[in-house]
Amino acid sequence: MLCSKRALTAGAGVVAAALAMAACSSGAVSSGGGGGDGKNVTLNLATVNNGQMKDMEKLKGEYETAHPGTKINFQVMEEGDLRAAVTADVASKAGQYDIVTIGAYETPQWGANGWLVDLTGPLKSDAAYDVDDLLAPVREAISNDGKQYAVPFYGESSILMYNKEILDKASVTLSANPTWQQVADAAKKVNTSSRAGICMRGKPGWGDLFAPLTTVVQTFGGNWYDTSWNATVNTPEWKQAVTFYKTLLDTSGEKDPVSYSFNECLTALKEGKAAMWADASVAASMLEADDSPVKGKMGYAHMPVDKTKESGWLWSWNLAVPATTKNKDAAIDFIKWATSKDYHKLVGEKLGWSLVPPGARQSTYDLPEYKQAAAAYAPITLDVMKSVNPKQPGVNPQPWVGIQYVSIPEFQDVGNQCAQLIADYLANRGTVDDALGKCQGIAKKAGDAHK
Amino acid sequence: MAVTELDTVVAQTATDKRRVKTTSKEVWTARWLLLPAVLFLILLTQIPFLTTVGYSTIRWNLLYPNDRGFTWFKNYGTALSSGDLWPSIVATVVITALAVVFSLLFGMIFALLLNRQFRGRAVARTLMITPFLIMPAASALIWKYSMFDTNIGILNWLSRTLHLPVISWSTEHPLLAVIIVLTWEFTPFMMLILLAGLQGQDTGILEAAQVDGAGPWRIFTWITLPHLRMYVEIGVLLGAVIIIQVFDPIAILTKGTGGTKTLAYLLYERAFIGLDVGQAAAYGVITVVLTIIVATIALRTLFKVFMAGGSR
Repeated sequence: MLCSKRALTAGAGVVAAALAMAACSSGAVSSGGGGGDGKNVTLNLATVNNGQMKDMEKLKGEYETAHPGTKINFQVMEEGDLRAAVTADVASKAGQYDIVTIGAYETPQWGANGWLVDLTGPLKSDAAYDVDDLLAPVREAISNDGKQYAVPFYGESSILMYNKEILDKASVTLSANPTWQQVADAAKKVNTSSRAGICMRGKPGWGDLFAPLTTVVQTFGGNWYDTSWNATVNTPEWKQAVTFYKTLLDTSGEKDPVSYSFNECLTALKEGKAAMWADASVAASMLEADDSPVKGKMGYAHMPVDKTKESGWLWSWNLAVPATTKNKDAAIDFIKWATSKDYHKLVGEKLGWSLVPPGARQSTYDLPEYKQAAAAYAPITLDVMKSVNPKQPGVNPQPWVGIQYVSIPEFQDVGNQCAQLIADYLANRGTVDDALGKCQGIAKKAGDAHK
Repeated sequence: MAVTELDTVVAQTATDKRRVKTTSKEVWTARWLLLPAVLFLILLTQIPFLTTVGYSTIRWNLLYPNDRGFTWFKNYGTALSSGDLWPSIVATVVITALAVVFSLLFGMIFALLLNRQFRGRAVARTLMITPFLIMPAASALIWKYSMFDTNIGILNWLSRTLHLPVISWSTEHPLLAVIIVLTWEFTPFMMLILLAGLQGQDTGILEAAQVDGAGPWRIFTWITLPHLRMYVEIGVLLGAVIIIQVFDPIAILTKGTGGTKTLAYLLYERAFIGLDVGQAAAYGVITVVLTIIVATIALRTLFKVFMAGGSR
């Protein structure tokens, strides 16, 4: 009796062990197909489940008809899953994918690791592709050491969006290049008990809270690291920026910042529960969509600044070819097609002009049909995207290229942990000095690895 | 109700002994038949576990594929010295304990109410069970948007109507928010177990107590509660085992802020945001050791409940 009891206990312990382990072992990689034999080629493409990518899947038939024998196999995933799956596949050289969709954050790092095919030559040699038509800041952000490792599928910056009706009623006006102080004053004036003056991301996460907050820190003169990778988080500039962010949220922001990120703010703006919003430029196309209650009522301005001239961020979703692919030429041919001028026209003609991937090509903004369909936000998007400087977004030079992130592998982790510390400060559970002091320690450890 | 010593309880088969007598050949046949299941179990549990133990001694960040090597117990050192482990053990214990206690309390109230005869009882019971059938992620989302939200949430609509200040649940009271969602989710679970206990109660005893002049409160505390003890214990143990693994409400509501970073969430962060396989594995092994200790104690208690139940 006792014996079987023990056995059962041990057995249950083992089951518990296995359960706890499931979280760790699911990062394992299964390598699979993707082999091309002679003429018939199947290209495996891993991508993120954004609207523009799904449009590409709808149009892949056009490419397959034009290239008999080539099949494109789409694997669409959530952003987090995609990052995990593609990182594991590429880092372990499993070679499951022929084309991967990666963000501006990963591209230069992976390029430097030798995980991606260098596209500089194949793009330059093709005059019809017109590589110089790609927006320069975007190209800079996805290059490393002068070599371009990916092609931008679409790009975005951040802008200030405001409800003109609400601001007019309070007789508040904003210039096209406002400062943060002006925006804070305006937000205070239009803030009521049932409507936030401004909506800002507060959800703890490196891609949530820290996307706008890093740009605020940079325009206030702070940054994550100096040119020799010394962490500079416990500086007066950081304190000023983070305190400003909290004061802005406390006096005129949404009530429950930890719950708010892009989607929540978008809803608040549409429902008239917030008057202003500083976030990704791609949001403008959603606020101007046909089903949006605030369509035509919105005004747009550059991201507010303090000490710098611009403080918009820069993000792009890009197509790249892992070095392990067996179908290199076919893969390059496809990504050129998907980011070509003709593809943009194809999207416009087949699916609608407002769906053309934004922020990738200069020539897109010259298409008359697109100009008309996206009149409200296309000019400012292009203007901001051309004027941001990913090499030095802040006051001081930085040792990496990129704006709202640091191009080191540790940054996801550093950003996440610091975002949680700052969330404690935003919720009055800790002081700003305590949060930034702890964050400095975390950032320092990551920075020291790159000295 | 004499207390029987455990040792004197002798298990005996109801069937005639000669009919269940087994030869050694039959024993071996039985073992061979069990073998696939045993192999399956070993493949599914032991090999991943040993692999994880192996990983936990390796320096391996997914983003540094070339920098891999054996580091002995350095990952354990980092895990234990980082200061993340203890707060997350506290968070796990606090969330599990409070969620179990509250859902037990509400489960008891609803079980007592549903144990009465009334019209539409079947409908009420089905409605009461629904929260437990909803996927955890879905219920966390329902709470985030339709209950806790500061603009459209029902809780804040209520406090606005009553002229009370609006509460930012996820920002100001993250721990409470997670516990409320878990209580809502697990109250039906407790209710079902307790309801089964209540319906197994002999109405004759209750009537006898009434005849003897006991009021409803006395009947409840002196007869019903002792009768339910066993069911409460089972409910607490099973509830704790399930709630200790909680992940969804934390990922959706609080992202681990404000003392809600449980062991499960910490493990997820190390593995999928830190992408540090070695360190995540070390955290995993530590969690397993702790779980085995808790599981051993819990299962001992569970068996005691079954045995004592037999002698009552």
